Amino acid sequence: MTPARPFLLFAAVAGLFLVTGFLQSWNLALQVLNMSLISAIMALGVNIQWGYAGLFNVGIMGFVALGGLAVVLTSAAPVPEGWAAGGPRIVAALVLGAATILAAVLLYRRMPNGRLRGVAVALVLAGGFFLYRFVFDPAVTAVEAVNPATAGNLGGLGLPSLVAWPMGGLLAAAAAWAIGKTALGLRSDYLAIATLGIAEIIIAVMKNEDWLARGVKNVISLPRPVPYEVDLQKDPGFIAWVEGWGWDPVSTSSIIVKLAYAGLFGLVLLALIWLSEMALRSPWGRMMRAIRDNEVAAEAMGKDVTARHLQVFILGSAVVGVAGAMMTTLDGQLTPGTYNPLRFTFLIWVMVIVGGSGNNWGAVLGGFLIWWLWVVVEPIGLWAVATITAEMPDGSWWKTHLQDSAAHMRLLTMGVILLLVLRFSPRGLLPEK
Amino acid sequence: MDALNALVAFLNFVFIPAVAYGAQLAIGALGVTLVYGILRFSNFAHGDTMAFGTVVTIMVTWWLQAHGIGLGPLPTALLALPVGIAATIVLLLATDRAVYRFYRKQKASPSILVIVSLGVMFIMNGIVRFLIGVEEQNFADGERFVISAGDFRVWTGLAEGLAIRTTQAITLVTAGITVALLFWFLNRTRTGKSMRAFADNEDLALLSGINPERVVAITWIITAALATIAGVLYGLDKSFKAFTYFQLLLPIFAAAIVGGLGSPLGAIAGGFVIAFSEVMVTYAWKKVLGYLMPESLAPEGLVQLLSTDYKIAVSFAILIIVLLFMPTGLFKGKST
Repeated sequence: MTPARPFLLFAAVAGLFLVTGFLQSWNLALQVLNMSLISAIMALGVNIQWGYAGLFNVGIMGFVALGGLAVVLTSAAPVPEGWAAGGPRIVAALVLGAATILAAVLLYRRMPNGRLRGVAVALVLAGGFFLYRFVFDPAVTAVEAVNPATAGNLGGLGLPSLVAWPMGGLLAAAAAWAIGKTALGLRSDYLAIATLGIAEIIIAVMKNEDWLARGVKNVISLPRPVPYEVDLQKDPGFIAWVEGWGWDPVSTSSIIVKLAYAGLFGLVLLALIWLSEMALRSPWGRMMRAIRDNEVAAEAMGKDVTARHLQVFILGSAVVGVAGAMMTTLDGQLTPGTYNPLRFTFLIWVMVIVGGSGNNWGAVLGGFLIWWLWVVVEPIGLWAVATITAEMPDGSWWKTHLQDSAAHMRLLTMGVILLLVLRFSPRGLLPEK
Repeated sequence: MDALNALVAFLNFVFIPAVAYGAQLAIGALGVTLVYGILRFSNFAHGDTMAFGTVVTIMVTWWLQAHGIGLGPLPTALLALPVGIAATIVLLLATDRAVYRFYRKQKASPSILVIVSLGVMFIMNGIVRFLIGVEEQNFADGERFVISAGDFRVWTGLAEGLAIRTTQAITLVTAGITVALLFWFLNRTRTGKSMRAFADNEDLALLSGINPERVVAITWIITAALATIAGVLYGLDKSFKAFTYFQLLLPIFAAAIVGGLGSPLGAIAGGFVIAFSEVMVTYAWKKVLGYLMPESLAPEGLVQLLSTDYKIAVSFAILIIVLLFMPTGLFKGKST
């Protein structure tokens, strides 16, 4: 790899965004850029797990969703009636549930191996489950009965939305700790299937536990760290400034808001890249790569492979959680129904593989490039279909079918790109040094 | 009488649906386990392979229906099934040629192959959506019930009805025939034996002159047939939706791993274990218990351990327990 290659590639991707801005609109280009920044952070998180340590996590979607949940729990307005109706009882039930699992684990560790141990653990789990449901269910019914049309949940803490981003990381890290404790001992493809399942369970919980974040009824109008477009448009100072430049206040306000988001996201991304690069170059980073390349040898050198795997799993998941929180803040709403593994797990994997696993800058480049492609492939597909079908008679079956199907070009394109990169440039666009 | 009613309710709402679902999962898991045994990777594209076979079958079914060809009381899809299987065989052999063979020659690590199968999954998902879109499709026709709940009540005089849908009966018959043929092939024919030899010890199999490319091609052909059959049976019993088939990946993998990856018998057992646990944990037992318990003790709530939306959590919990406590599965599959 020549030293200029990263700069050329990043310049090329920047060029793609500029072309979008000039040819379509700056509003769209910035919108794509903001999601690209978030995607790049997610890719960075996956790269920490896969690139540094070879952990095969296909549960990214779950951590993204937990980040979003953290936004609701941190920055949404509190619902005091909901809390009064059953908040403490729900907390008590959750504590009881955790205590049951803890008791079962302790029992399993302390008792001698045998049938008695199995029976005891099963009894503790079954008893704990029924006790938990006994405490939990009435509280949930009570909470969900409070203003079901607008609330029906416990609400959040009402803190500023910027606080929610690190909270997203913390929540994802806590989940990653629990998952890592159980599943990290498994070999790679079992871990993949386990994480795939965990992500689905996290989404199922978020969809169904209405007391938590209203489930599929969604939480809307979450606070945001930047001003609202309508407020800007009402601000006389802003209008005078815009008119001084001869711009349109409506579109300018929307561009300003997007630029503000891009600035915030960019800062987070730069800070995370800096931290990741420092970590990768430190003795810790060398140890991680040594473990990835030869676990047995690293273990023979006295490295605690399981503990390091757990550590890197938590770190990577936390980064993904931060990105998930940022995305929910950007959207201004939490919609558990929209989390889809193709979009939030496998697409991020395409970013990491295409960008270059093991290389932080590669993952970031992949994040920008693949997200841009994901957005533009659809219009390009529509355009291609329009060109192909231009000669066909109107109303013919093929014409309507092709026009309807153009929207599904995305998945096909991503698959082809992934396979081509794996085949002809398996180390990605920016390979690990 | 109450005990009989309870039994009928149990059969109707738990046993029969679980048996049908279990058979569908088992055939799906057989495909995953065969690919794992011979090609040595977890094929994430299996759910979408099932979807592709089903889509082709659905399209042929529509064509047959448009021409007024049918099977009377049986669903037309059975007539279209061989075409679906043939198309899927072509697709999988082409995929192997274009994609997997390169990595096989390189002796790539299983995790690389899993990532490659993710790429294949994307492409197949795209093809399926391109062919049929994302909407739900119902393509079952013919007679709906073998025994309907109303008739059963009239015949037996019980308060509870027992319904057996045609699709459930077809699922069991087809699954039985498929599994019997597969085991006959694996245990009795020369090619099947060479496949098992290849799965057990690749080097020894190569030494004794088994042609690896032929074994791989036959594995893909059988996988295509199994995937299409599983997909069509599931689609007939429930309905077809591209995204649901992708999500079937998890219970199918759970079934294959619980049974022991690489073990065909295990895949079948695993399919039923997963199906029965999913149905039993998410079924509301109020009705059955209502018959069995004295009136004063009859349960007030639904007596449902988990809401049906947590089905996936059930297969997952079993998967984790099996992985942690007996990593090779019930039937001693491959552990590495």
